[in-house]
Amino acid sequence: MELFRNLRINIIGNRKYLYFTSVVLVLLSIVVLIVKGGPNYGVDFRGGLLLQIETTPALKIEEVRSTLSAKGYTAEVQTFGKAGMFILRFKSEEIKPEVILEVLKSAYPDRDISLLRAEMVGPSIGRKLTLQAITLILIGMLLMLIYIWFRFDFRFGVASVIALFHDTLIALGIYTFLGKEFSVPTIAAILTLIGYSINDSIVVADRIREKLRAFGKVIPRNKIEEIFNSGVNETLSRTIITSLTTLFPLVAILIFARGTTIFDFALILTIGVIIGTYSSIGVVASIVTDWHKATLKKEKA
Amino acid sequence: MRSIFYRALIVLFVLGISLWTLWPTFRYYSLTTEEKQNLSSEYLSKLKKRALNLGLDLQGGMYMVLEVDKSKLSEEEAKGAEERALEIIRNRIDQWGVSEPIIQKTEEGRIIIQLPGVLEKERAEELIGKTALLEFKLVADQKTLEQTIKNIDDVLQKTWKGDTTKTYLTDILISFGGGIGVRSSEVHIFKEIINIPEVQAVIPAGYEFLFGKTEETPEGKIRPVYLVKKEPELTGTNLKTARHTIYQGQDPAYAGKPIVEIHFDKKGATKFAFVTGSNIGKQLAIVLDSVVQSAPVIEERIPTGDAIIRGNFTIDEAKELAIILRAGALPAPIKIVEERTVGATLGKDSIEKGMKAFLIGLIIVVLFMLVYYKLAGLIADLALILNAIFILAVMVALKATLTLPGMAGLILTVGMAVDANVLIFERIREELRAGKSPKSAVDAGFAKATITIFDANLTTLIAALVLLRFGVGPIKGFGTVLTIGILSNFFTAIFVSKIIFDYLVNVKKVEKLSI
Repeated sequence: MELFRNLRINIIGNRKYLYFTSVVLVLLSIVVLIVKGGPNYGVDFRGGLLLQIETTPALKIEEVRSTLSAKGYTAEVQTFGKAGMFILRFKSEEIKPEVILEVLKSAYPDRDISLLRAEMVGPSIGRKLTLQAITLILIGMLLMLIYIWFRFDFRFGVASVIALFHDTLIALGIYTFLGKEFSVPTIAAILTLIGYSINDSIVVADRIREKLRAFGKVIPRNKIEEIFNSGVNETLSRTIITSLTTLFPLVAILIFARGTTIFDFALILTIGVIIGTYSSIGVVASIVTDWHKATLKKEKA
Repeated sequence: MRSIFYRALIVLFVLGISLWTLWPTFRYYSLTTEEKQNLSSEYLSKLKKRALNLGLDLQGGMYMVLEVDKSKLSEEEAKGAEERALEIIRNRIDQWGVSEPIIQKTEEGRIIIQLPGVLEKERAEELIGKTALLEFKLVADQKTLEQTIKNIDDVLQKTWKGDTTKTYLTDILISFGGGIGVRSSEVHIFKEIINIPEVQAVIPAGYEFLFGKTEETPEGKIRPVYLVKKEPELTGTNLKTARHTIYQGQDPAYAGKPIVEIHFDKKGATKFAFVTGSNIGKQLAIVLDSVVQSAPVIEERIPTGDAIIRGNFTIDEAKELAIILRAGALPAPIKIVEERTVGATLGKDSIEKGMKAFLIGLIIVVLFMLVYYKLAGLIADLALILNAIFILAVMVALKATLTLPGMAGLILTVGMAVDANVLIFERIREELRAGKSPKSAVDAGFAKATITIFDANLTTLIAALVLLRFGVGPIKGFGTVLTIGILSNFFTAIFVSKIIFDYLVNVKKVEKLSI
């Protein structure tokens, strides 16, 4: 079977639309992040207490909220996974999980209420982690830039890293927009997504490099767009097939692993894979095309 | 032909080793609770040791990060306070009997404790944060000790009806430093024997076995064993001060050696004078948190409340003991800065759901490849399954821990695993379309795709290595899986697939590739 044979989509020729889409998405993500006051940092980062409880028969979310606030506890309450399962977040890490459990049990003696997970993180740990996360991501990106620079050329390196920022920002924007929590596994997800996105960009870059070589040293200016476009098109079927095979298991997690922490992890990766595929097809080659043209113009002048 | 044969041999060899490595994992996790009860604990613990480690988020348990509050210590005492706290905490957890706890110090001087299967949060907190218990206990004389060991072995003889495959107490005891000891690796056997009710019955009333600190000897790590009175003669509550110094007394055997001087308060001094006076010639064990620190022989009645603890200390050990005694406990208060408990049911749920997602994802990818690339898809599927086996085997071999994010990494690797094959297949298709013969299309396809695969995987590897090197906890686990995945991926896609393709075009000499 061949779904994507001899594709001749004029991607590079229409790059101004792609730029437009990307800029809009990036701006929207920035707006989301500003409005929401940054990513929705979980206990891992801002410190505090997180409890996951299960109530059978299921309590309503309002019941849990009002019971806690009646006893003077300010908690963010969220449903999680299946019915009757809740995540409670407290800003203070001084609260004892057993006490909270007792409050709920005595308010609803006819329910079976059990503690599934308790996480307490002191504020100093959170600060340290945030710093570590940002450093990790930047180090990863820098090393990749250096590698691409060394193996391909500087322009591809820069364009790929721009695409990485683009992908990360948009994935984070959508993730935050959906109200999902930013935790330690989220960083792992973002780093994976960076790895995935760069993987895609490299395959395209590789093909374009191969095409450029065929032209020797002098590449006719009017051929540039064509060369880049055919490079992108020839790798298009691979890019789409691989994205699909990566998305299959991710979607399987989204469907079958609700209520576990890998769900959020899979969610950000799913968003990331889609954005990453788009950017490696549309953004990276477009930037390098324009950069190439600009340098050629300069050399001419 | 020959080269294909040898390459296939390499793959089969690697596969064989992998399956052999994975066997205990498969065996251990497929056992039902009932079956586990029927197996000997020795066999089970051996099996578990060779099986894949599950993170706390998957098997349930407690994870704690502790910080030692050094604000009240002098600069000198603050040095190494974490090590001492670590030692004491390790001791206590050992006593508690948690299986395979992980207790380690981080670079920032924090202490990380992982207690798999432990859900009694409050008890764990209390155990770790409480003040250490210092006791002085009389050691049973040599005759009583020998008689007790003999009695125990007699009991064992009866229980096991002369079964020579079973271990007897005398089999594991080693004469050690004037007393007896047990190899560190056999401490659990000793404990098991002691805990048999019939054995308990022949231990003299009011006595118990206690372990000393692990000591490095030419014969390996050994823990001394003492038979001591349960009831302490004296406890640390009456201790006023303790300091380390150099021995100045008459005994030439200890000349110039570090010792610890202790000083009791008035009440303690009276008791101590009585205890020493009426037990001259006996050993008095100094016990901290149920571990014997040293057991000097009482040489004379000590009326002043001053005593010295001798032992084969280094100056640092003497210093350490003095500080521990003085503080009566942990060198400084301990603060829990991070704590995570995952219930066993949640962990089980995560595994079940994760496994389900993994299998379904795997099946979809396998079917998709089969439909899209036909016979070649089958080759990719084979590579994919080998990949999953290799990754798990390497994880077991490296004693890596599978965490929830690691599991996600594994699932994701499945999707990305076929990428290299997709790249190769697309190239081969292009070559075929250009009119090349199957053989040259395969060769050219592989050659061209290999460079791309190399570059693409290497950059992903950079991200994975950053996670592995700098990440903590679950992030590191994820980095491990991803790194192993990329490497294994490379091997299966380029090496394994190529063998099959070579076989098809060189040996079978197919006219048309099913791709």
